[in-house]
Amino acid sequence: MRGPEKLLECEDRWVTRMGKWFSGERVVYRGQDLHVDLADLDWMALYLYGITGRRFDEKQLKILNAIWTNTSYPEPRIWNNRVAALAGTARSTGTLGLAAAVAVSEASIYGHRPSTRAVDFFWRAQKMLDEGQALSGIVAREMERFRGIYGYGRPITREDERIPHMVRLARELGFDQGRCARLAFEVEALLLAERWRLHMNIAALDAALAADLGLTPREHHLFMTPCFMAGMPPCFRDANEQAEGAFFPLSCGRIAYEGAARRAWG
Amino acid sequence: MTGKKTETIRSKIWEETPEEDNPFAAKACYCSGYDVYGDILPKASWSEYLYLLFKRERPTPAQAKLLEKLAIAVANPGPRDNSIHAAMCGGVGGSTYAACLMAALGVGAGQLGGAHEVAIAMDCWMTCGQDLAVWRERLLYPPQEERADIWLPMEHPPGFDPHGASCATPVRQTLEYLVQCYPDGALAWLAQNRTALEQAVECPLAMTGVAAAALTDLGLTPQQGEMLYLLLRLPGAAVHALEQEKYGWRNFPFFHDGIELLDDPGPRVAPA
Repeated sequence: MRGPEKLLECEDRWVTRMGKWFSGERVVYRGQDLHVDLADLDWMALYLYGITGRRFDEKQLKILNAIWTNTSYPEPRIWNNRVAALAGTARSTGTLGLAAAVAVSEASIYGHRPSTRAVDFFWRAQKMLDEGQALSGIVAREMERFRGIYGYGRPITREDERIPHMVRLARELGFDQGRCARLAFEVEALLLAERWRLHMNIAALDAALAADLGLTPREHHLFMTPCFMAGMPPCFRDANEQAEGAFFPLSCGRIAYEGAARRAWG
Repeated sequence: MTGKKTETIRSKIWEETPEEDNPFAAKACYCSGYDVYGDILPKASWSEYLYLLFKRERPTPAQAKLLEKLAIAVANPGPRDNSIHAAMCGGVGGSTYAACLMAALGVGAGQLGGAHEVAIAMDCWMTCGQDLAVWRERLLYPPQEERADIWLPMEHPPGFDPHGASCATPVRQTLEYLVQCYPDGALAWLAQNRTALEQAVECPLAMTGVAAAALTDLGLTPQQGEMLYLLLRLPGAAVHALEQEKYGWRNFPFFHDGIELLDDPGPRVAPA
């Protein structure tokens, strides 16, 4: 048995390089003074510094910022946003509504699992390419082994309206020729040419751009966590300000029951 | 009429009939065919109803008892538990009560003593059944996921305590009592093979391992087990959050001298 040695060592002792509040005096944030060394950073830059320990330049921050803004829809039908709207109509608090909606964004058919796995694909694909494998073989193997590549295919609609805007900005900022950015389109071309017929969605392009900036899957997961958030306050406020309970109410008949027949508990 | 089909929520669990004067108010609710307010409410116990909700069938008396006793065993892991600690962080700061429970859920969802660990351990039951050799192989050489995920790979054998010196008494007591409730399944096999498994993985059995076996005996899927484990641990989170709210932050650990910073740049002077 390993026993509690590690816990004994750590009781009342947390050794870290991440930071500390010196109460009433100063704050160290990953080796820098928050209020002096990092005072010039905007929120996005600080957030990324917190995740990666690296500083990103203006162009990099602009493209990363666009990843968030492009995907912040004030659309209360989308499942995560709907949570914010439901919180609003049920007269919960704004923080609870937004926090719940952000948590729900860590989903499987959209959101943070596809984002994480998409960036992971580009890291693995680069490694496999470096080892001499052909992209067509890599794609075929992924499709065979995992029955899909995250970032390709999309629920509800096939085309992703965000992609042209991100492509335009990536081109403008000089990120369109990054290795993974090019790879993202090459993979889409292979998937469309072969039997799979899958279009790229924004998760793949965002992941490719992030991978080209050096974001690992773990880093990208945390970076993307608030990516839908700017779309949520409108959903919450709208439902919060209209009549309570009025957001898409469901009458009894909207439940389509298909379970066991009526019976007595006995 | 638009001719569009009305969108519905499909359900095998729940049916409602409306009041005559309001289609948004239910006159009767049926859970898997049973009248909830007319029949279940006066006749069923909480654990029977909970089982019905998850399984869509009534439990046997043994299953109902097992679920009820499991619910007691895990209802409050105590204030040292990470999920309860999280809930108390909400309570002590005067956060909303939902935030306290969300904190408990978010932390208690994890893979160290949390609900995702229970689901992974239940997966082991599905794969290994009651074959000790297969269990050893699975615990010592777990399948490796090639791709990154939102969940990290497990860092210890699921259902076992990586920091344990021996199987904790409450874990043994729970296992022994639950076997009495349900003597012919995963729990009984676990009780018989506990020490062999512990020796194999060099970690003692944890409450998550007992819960996984009990949830397996209840016939739940790992997904159902994960949900139920999240749910059943909330009572402790709720009461400890409320308690610390009353005591206040001055009476709650802050670990004042606890941070050892390795890269302190020292005081800086802000530019004038």
